[in-house]
Amino acid sequence: MIGLELFNTFILLLLVVAAVASLWVKDLLVSAVVFGVYSFLMCLLWAEMGAVDVAFTEATVGAGISTVVLVATIFNLRRKSND
Amino acid sequence: MKVLSLIPVIAIGFLLIWAAQDFPEWGDVNSPASKAAVSNHFIGNTGVDTEVPNMVTAVLADYRGFDTMFETVVVFIAGMAVLAILKGSVKGNAKRKDHEVDNEPDLIVTNTVRLIIPVIQIFAFYVLAHGHVSPGGGFQGGVLMGASFILIALSWDLEKALSRFPVEKCMLVAALGILLYAGIGLLSMFLGGEFLDYAELEKVLPVSREMARYHAMLGVEIGVGFTVTAIMFVLYANLASEGRLKEGL
Repeated sequence: MIGLELFNTFILLLLVVAAVASLWVKDLLVSAVVFGVYSFLMCLLWAEMGAVDVAFTEATVGAGISTVVLVATIFNLRRKSND
Repeated sequence: MKVLSLIPVIAIGFLLIWAAQDFPEWGDVNSPASKAAVSNHFIGNTGVDTEVPNMVTAVLADYRGFDTMFETVVVFIAGMAVLAILKGSVKGNAKRKDHEVDNEPDLIVTNTVRLIIPVIQIFAFYVLAHGHVSPGGGFQGGVLMGASFILIALSWDLEKALSRFPVEKCMLVAALGILLYAGIGLLSMFLGGEFLDYAELEKVLPVSREMARYHAMLGVEIGVGFTVTAIMFVLYANLASEGRLKEGL
């Protein structure tokens, strides 16, 4: 049980780091990839909590397709963010 | 401006974390979600009503079938919106992007993808057809199937993927998916039930009322899978090429 608590805490910390990092970086491509990492960490958390259906959807849609679509869009834009 | 927007963000974040203390313990049997009559009804009756072991699929595709049907319509509308906005937004041959190169497709990448794509597609069919019993279903299977076409476009080029699955056919398949879903709903209405009341399909299927619901759920999941497969590929193809549908990434 204590192992699961440790796992959850570790993933949640990484989640916060990924969320802040994807907003922080100036390069939009890096931002999109870090956002995919965020989705994958979310997927791990859901799988650990027993919501396997949600985890599966997050892995396919969140970490898979939306990263690809974001990268495809960024290639047609300027890569640097002004913000 | 950045510092100014940071203040409300931190304040709201603090409020949310503070409010999270009032959440019930994870898996608490006395939490409102576990005690609610509706969740106990689903837990107790899904197996009896539908013989579907995966409760999530039964709730999504049967008890809340109306909701899922319009979710599929939302996906379809998203694809149509991207087509409507991007198609013809760039006149003629716009200037070449620096990532567009004339190199031949990489030998190692294309041969690896040749091996992987059949596995992905068979896994997509498994996820779609096995959605009642194990985690999965129409959305996940459809996304996997769409991803296999995106993989073709990424490793060769967009034209190769579009020669396998042109955008016109994509939209036809997407519309067919919704038609299949709504058709099963209408069929059960004509057989004397309500819209999406799958149990009435026992009059045309040689099975019991419970198994009729079981099989109708597979039917609507296939409909969802059709729409999601096609729209995922349409989204990628249009976004990667600014609606010109050539070259791509």
